[in-house]
Amino acid sequence: MKGSMSIEMVGVGGQGILLASKILGRAALNKDINVIMSEVHGMAQRGGVVVTSVRLGDAYSPLISDGSADILFGFEPVETYRGIRRLKKGGTVLMNLNPMVPIYVSLGKQKYPSIDEMVAEIKAHFPKTITLNATELAEEAGAAIAANVVMIGALSAVEGLPFTKEEMLEAVKQSVPPKVVDLNIKAFELGYSTVMNR
Amino acid sequence: MELLENQPGKKIFLLGNEAVVRGLIEAGVGFVATYPGTPSSEVGGTLEKAAKPAGIYFEYAPNEKVAMEEVAASSASGVRSFTAMKHVGLNVASDAFMTVGYTGVRAGLVVMTADDPSAHSSQNEQDNRYYARLAGVPMLEPATPQEGKEMIKYAFELSEKIGAMVMFRTTTRMNHVRGVITLGDIPAERKTKGHFDKAPSRFVTIPSNARREHPELLKRLEKAEEIAETSPFNYILKGDGRVGIITSGVAYNYVMEMRNVLGIEPDVLKLGLTFPLPRKTLSDFIRAHDTLMIAEELEPILEKEVMVLAKDVKPSVRMVGKLSGDLPLTYEYNSEVVGSVMAKLYDVAIPYENEDLKGIELPVRPPTLCPGCPHRATYHALAKAMKALKIKPEDVVFSSDIGCYTLGIQEPFEMADFLLCMGSSVGAAGGFAQSSDQIPISFIGDSTFFHSGIPGLVNNLYNKHRFVYVILDNSITAMTGHQPNPGMGITGMHEVGQKIDIEAVVKGLGVEFVKVVDPYDIQPTMKLFKEALQYDGPAVIIARHPCALLEYRDKKRKGPVPVYTVNEEKCTNCHICVDTFACPAFVALPHVMSIDPAVCLGCGSCVPVCPFNAFEVLKEGEQ
Repeated sequence: MKGSMSIEMVGVGGQGILLASKILGRAALNKDINVIMSEVHGMAQRGGVVVTSVRLGDAYSPLISDGSADILFGFEPVETYRGIRRLKKGGTVLMNLNPMVPIYVSLGKQKYPSIDEMVAEIKAHFPKTITLNATELAEEAGAAIAANVVMIGALSAVEGLPFTKEEMLEAVKQSVPPKVVDLNIKAFELGYSTVMNR
Repeated sequence: MELLENQPGKKIFLLGNEAVVRGLIEAGVGFVATYPGTPSSEVGGTLEKAAKPAGIYFEYAPNEKVAMEEVAASSASGVRSFTAMKHVGLNVASDAFMTVGYTGVRAGLVVMTADDPSAHSSQNEQDNRYYARLAGVPMLEPATPQEGKEMIKYAFELSEKIGAMVMFRTTTRMNHVRGVITLGDIPAERKTKGHFDKAPSRFVTIPSNARREHPELLKRLEKAEEIAETSPFNYILKGDGRVGIITSGVAYNYVMEMRNVLGIEPDVLKLGLTFPLPRKTLSDFIRAHDTLMIAEELEPILEKEVMVLAKDVKPSVRMVGKLSGDLPLTYEYNSEVVGSVMAKLYDVAIPYENEDLKGIELPVRPPTLCPGCPHRATYHALAKAMKALKIKPEDVVFSSDIGCYTLGIQEPFEMADFLLCMGSSVGAAGGFAQSSDQIPISFIGDSTFFHSGIPGLVNNLYNKHRFVYVILDNSITAMTGHQPNPGMGITGMHEVGQKIDIEAVVKGLGVEFVKVVDPYDIQPTMKLFKEALQYDGPAVIIARHPCALLEYRDKKRKGPVPVYTVNEEKCTNCHICVDTFACPAFVALPHVMSIDPAVCLGCGSCVPVCPFNAFEVLKEGEQ
């Protein structure tokens, strides 16, 4: 590939973002494209904000600066909205509409904003916004936990990604445990076709 | 495991800490001891699986000081040795570390300190580059995982060439960055057994020996500086000469990124062997420039050394860095922080532009105790006991410690009032017992108990300080990614070791009030807390239940795990569950409480929390 591409992945601990980012890394390695990724580990294993930066091609910094991401890859609506400052003007948003409600909302201390309102505003600023119900699609494929692979399938249909659908699917097969390959292929295909047929 | 393959030239995708392990394998290291701490933890985590097939001996020590003492002895016995720790871990190990600077080493000895600028997972963001200067030991700083792997090999060669321990200083954005690594050769032979040739005049640091060794230390540093002048890790990237940038560690990545993005060509002096600094190379670089920018995270260490040199070789040079107010002294850098200064020097603009959204108010999402976490049940039971005894939060001091249970600081528990470091929960309790009119309640995990929770207990017993000592025993070192510890009796290489019984340790010291309880049994736990709070002396409660994530994983291996749901006919929407227990699986709907089946781990610890018995197992097939 020429130049570089920056994909900012945002969501919540426990959503399988680390695996999704490893699949991207695997796809890059298979194609001999340079890849640098920055992860967040530590403190809570679950429930906290997770941000993973993926840089492909000619890149040095493992972090993505505000206004420089080509794709904002959002696994959760509020976290997608929070991460929007990273996206460059005219960038692509790919977002899962299924929320993870923080416990503070149930405690009555805070409010979970209207998803429709957030999406409308994001779409008004970024015409290249794609939404899907990844968690629901994953349930259709057989397990809610495969929502991350639904998202990877959806990403494979996004214009400008330096990988073909087949290359991405191959990376999925190499990255998930053998006994759940079929379920994940199904999840991948559901994500891919949802974006292609929209 | 791909990182074990002996296929030189093959490219694989590795986390920085995995690349370090590959470096250890390629360097022929024979002994590794560590205590986990973010961002260094994956070094041990990877060695748990990789050490045995690679032929390395690996173990977890109860703390960094013990690990440091072990590697010093192992090196003195002729085996290449390595230890890794987080930055504050070196504070614990520093007593031994400082004196190894004096004794020097025989076989190569490398100490990794993983610093955490921005304190992503730490209680401070101290800059451990000062430790290299304090102990007088050479230091290497990698910018990327690939460079880290190469530096590990170089560090062992350097260590043996001059007979000094070498410090390998990383930061979070090297440890937790994944990149493409090119594999090197794995040596055919690996020495794991040597012999300690006695040399008391060197290894017994009585004052007369220490006084003789200090000048030896300085001679080793002189040799190291000569090597630094020609080290392949110290190099210059020539540009247009208008500006010279001196940089080290991950700051180099941001300099190079912005050199490309801004389309400018400053000269860059990249330093990898950063102590002792190559003063000749630096002086030449200073002389060649009118404007110098120094890009380093945290303390202005390079900057001050460059300033000292500039005073002699080119006092007129313009220095741009932290001391000039252009770069911050706090938090990790990124491309914008470094790039904005570079852009100013070249009078260009950063081309990044984002969109301003109108700003819908978003809920915060701090890390929380996991669903099913036994610590939640412990905190819940303690809150109930205090309420029953009419003890208010102001009447006690919650003296917390380092581990998952620190998250008890958050609502609705708010059970963390004081925290300094590993083990401080129990040490501080003595001070609160004597100097405050409140009851100290210390919380500590099993791994932290073994790390540094015992001396404080000895103190509080010896000096008769009344306190409640809650040992939250989930039988694993959980927060850093589930490493085994002495309480499990499983070793770092997953073999059976001696299991150390916390209860026996505490009783052996002479504590009379020692009770063990499963915190999932909320009523008995609450009863015990009531007894402990009324006991006049040190009272120890061991709240023992496995980490919910591991318990769930084990259960899932055996078959489907049923999740829980709310019986809507029984739920009165009273919110007692969320207000006093706050499992992240709870989702409050307008008319009723509900459980998110995708979050619930099926532990059932919420069942006794509901006064109306509304939590029920979701029928099979519904999940």
